[in-house]
Amino acid sequence: MSILVKEDTRILVQGITGDFGARHARLSLDYGSQVVAGVTPGKGGQVFEHAGKKVPIFNTVAEAAKQTGATVSAIFVPPPFAADAILECFDADLDLAVAITEGIPVRDMVRAKRAMAGRRTRLIGPNCPGIVTPGRGDKSSGGCRIGIAPGYIHMRGNVGVVSRSGTLTYEAVWQLTCRGKGQSTCVGIGGDPVNGTSHLDVIKLFNDDPETDAIIMIGEIGGNAEVEAARWIKEHCKKPVAGFIAGATAPAGRRMGHAGAVIGGAEDTAAAKIKIFEECGISVAATPSDMADALLRIWKG
Amino acid sequence: MNIHEYQAKELFAQFGVAVPKGVAVTSAAEFEGALAKIDTSGGIMVKSQIHAGGRGKGTFTDGFKGGVKFSPTKEKALENAQAMLGNTLVTAQTGEAGRKVQTIYFTEAANLGKRPDGRDDEYYLAILLDRATSFPVIVASTEGGMEIEHVAHHTPEKIFKVQVDPAVGLQAFQARQIAFSLGFSGDLFKQCVTLVTKLYHFYWEKDCAMVEVNPLLVTKEGKLLALDAKVSFDDNALFRHPDVVALRDLNEEDAKEIEASKFGLSYIALDGNIACLVNGAGLAMSTMDIIQHFGGSPANFLDVGGGATKDQVTAAFKIILGDANVKGILVNIFGGIMDCNVIATGIIEAVKETGLKLPLVVRLEGNNVEAGKATLSASGLTIVSGDSMADAAQKIVKLVNAK
Repeated sequence: MSILVKEDTRILVQGITGDFGARHARLSLDYGSQVVAGVTPGKGGQVFEHAGKKVPIFNTVAEAAKQTGATVSAIFVPPPFAADAILECFDADLDLAVAITEGIPVRDMVRAKRAMAGRRTRLIGPNCPGIVTPGRGDKSSGGCRIGIAPGYIHMRGNVGVVSRSGTLTYEAVWQLTCRGKGQSTCVGIGGDPVNGTSHLDVIKLFNDDPETDAIIMIGEIGGNAEVEAARWIKEHCKKPVAGFIAGATAPAGRRMGHAGAVIGGAEDTAAAKIKIFEECGISVAATPSDMADALLRIWKG
Repeated sequence: MNIHEYQAKELFAQFGVAVPKGVAVTSAAEFEGALAKIDTSGGIMVKSQIHAGGRGKGTFTDGFKGGVKFSPTKEKALENAQAMLGNTLVTAQTGEAGRKVQTIYFTEAANLGKRPDGRDDEYYLAILLDRATSFPVIVASTEGGMEIEHVAHHTPEKIFKVQVDPAVGLQAFQARQIAFSLGFSGDLFKQCVTLVTKLYHFYWEKDCAMVEVNPLLVTKEGKLLALDAKVSFDDNALFRHPDVVALRDLNEEDAKEIEASKFGLSYIALDGNIACLVNGAGLAMSTMDIIQHFGGSPANFLDVGGGATKDQVTAAFKIILGDANVKGILVNIFGGIMDCNVIATGIIEAVKETGLKLPLVVRLEGNNVEAGKATLSASGLTIVSGDSMADAAQKIVKLVNAK
């Protein structure tokens, strides 16, 4: 097993005809993921072609899901229209919407998150690298790649990875792969202050997943999400967890690319979060180079 | 994006939030004309306009004390304004360099002071996002005029919060809850309900990141006024507010940060001497961290985004080299999808174009990394290669400290 998505998960791409969406739809197809539909309003009936594969394009998410059996959407829609794209996924009752788009207005996300209450669709992101459940083929091909992560750095195995940051996730995944430790699923929850799925939500899924034996949780300064997850881990998590917090050197009050990564008060610092991680039994990586080793110090695989 | 107090109050007034009357000017020649437009009979507040808090307790670099001054007479107001304009104000939030005051705001000060019944007359009001719930939250306190962090820490019972459900917006009962929590009754109660309602409307309609009124004040005549105003906007939503974008004051922003944004680079200057150039915000933050971990001091945050083209790297080097403190550069690129060889070629061209003489350590990882490293070592340039983030950070710290 894995969490959220499996090798055979059927994916639709919102914004497949834009440069960004098209590029990553092609990379997902190359990786062997089941990209079965595209959605661009007004371009229904057209076909997205890549390497001999034909992906039909639909006007609406509901139509795409109905015709192709897609259950998950990858959203590459530009920021002014992205919240609308997310809401369309809720309406179509998809299992999962993964919003890659960076720069969505906070107010739009506040409304979208409120609209998510009572719906069955889970939202990952926005402003996130997406999700990868590695495949069992050469360089992990044949897996489910939703979003913008490089597929080949992965390897199928038993470590779950959850992070707000894209490149920091790749760093952790690559460290694991280089040490021969594969991943069950890697989830980028995004760097925005309002997101659909939290660190804790993903940790709970990993805790219940029989294929996941150990977890790496990567956090940042800003907000309380990592602390919430750490406290839950201390009480409930059955699996070894390693963690890293970025932003020890970030000045207070400055936004560092991720809107979420702004230091608020005295307790919202990297040092404070690291201390709580340690108190909760999480093996803390002293540097970002040490993420895989921090896990291997408490878990032999 | 931040704006000045006088701009915030003009927006407040547009939305029906009561503020003291005032006039903002940018030259000494306009002082007299500005003072003629307001009622100066009860004295004048002279307020330096910079994008930083703590102005009242700040000190100018020439020793003049106070960036916000009550002036009992016009003459005193002119004298204070002249001392502030063009002078550099250092506050707890500006850093040592301070900020040059380029705008002076005169406001009416009549009727300020204690209420007739002798009760405390300063309150606190703010609206911002509560990250824990993803709802807007209105924060109110009877302890106005103080640092709210201090109040929250020492007397949390004096902080009152109302969560606003975005599905229905602020409800009348919630505005009443706030007015009651601040102890208002009668006419002041009604004024408070109105002010809170209009302030929330402003916060929501204009995509504010934060609205803060500290203090909210009751005048001797029993009027509720926003005596100060601090407003910041969600950068992601500026595309739908051209009127807000027009309020941007480039004088308040770092010239290098503005230049960086033209090339799609996110740059923030810091105090250290090791510059870094990284792709991705999380990796960029942690690259700064690892430099410090190994005994160095980062000079900046610089995220080139998902790309790292030759033009971007060249622009980044030029911005980095504009900081005289920089003694070495660490490039850390995880080229997940981009070809590392293309990135290496871009780095070499950027080094040649900028005539870089400082130590440069490059850590490349990812797609086609072997070819990228080979290109770097075949370039004939003194570029040191790092095998991991830790290795690269240790190498640049050693090179810089050896100088």
